[in-house]
Amino acid sequence: MRERVTIGLAAAAILLLAYSLYQIFLVLPDEAMQGAIYRIIFFHVPAAIAGMIGYFVALVLSILYLSSKQLKFDSLAASVVEVSLVFSIVNLITGSIWARIIWGIWWTWDYRLTSALVCVLIFCGYLMLRQAITEPTQRARLSAALTIFGCVDVVIVYKSIEWFRTQHPGPVLSIRTGGGHIDPAMERILYLNFVAICLLAAALILVRSRQETTAREIDSLRRMANAM
Amino acid sequence: MDARNFEYMFYGFLAAWLVVLLYVLTLVRRSARLNRELNDVKQLISAQESGRQGLQEHVR
Repeated sequence: MRERVTIGLAAAAILLLAYSLYQIFLVLPDEAMQGAIYRIIFFHVPAAIAGMIGYFVALVLSILYLSSKQLKFDSLAASVVEVSLVFSIVNLITGSIWARIIWGIWWTWDYRLTSALVCVLIFCGYLMLRQAITEPTQRARLSAALTIFGCVDVVIVYKSIEWFRTQHPGPVLSIRTGGGHIDPAMERILYLNFVAICLLAAALILVRSRQETTAREIDSLRRMANAM
Repeated sequence: MDARNFEYMFYGFLAAWLVVLLYVLTLVRRSARLNRELNDVKQLISAQESGRQGLQEHVR
């Protein structure tokens, strides 16, 4: 059943991505000032939002683990964090390439960029911590604590473009600004690509969580073999 | 399409998909390793069980 859901999600993601790529390259008009490079927005922004939503899902799962002590919540949180991290890295790389053209620099220590980098480093630390601790309950407790800490930075990443007006542009999506900052046709494709990326992320999370279940099974079988 | 900065747009899209593709490849490799480990542990347990049964029969 789980395999069918994974394949269904991945297939839906591929179809939506193909449609949105067709719209991005062949239907949408060019942006007057930026040329072709503005099209990076259709991956840069959805990847950032998918990453941030993922961290908050991991936060909820971590709190569920801390309140119930059920390791399945910890495994799922780890899967969600890992996939979210992939999309946060996509966000940083595409942003850097876009910045090279628009600002003339690959990187600047602006509040949004710095907080996003710190967020990636915190969750890289989360994955390293999980590798370093072998005892499952201790690993789960510390991972949950680090997720809660990391999500404070996610809030800073989200709000930084409102709190500090520095190099990175302010919000453009109409759900944050009330409209008027982005062409509605472009915004529609941006949301469509966001849905496609979320479907892809969900498929990857399902695959990753099945691996966590297998790893737990191996662990319990090893303990059984040692006890025999 | 406006050809200005097309090269950098291409790099951006390429980098985004490469990161996702690398992650998918990591997942595939990890799945194969975990399945191998699971089979190994199951074989170890069945070998231990058959060894124990053999010992019990020998004692009888």
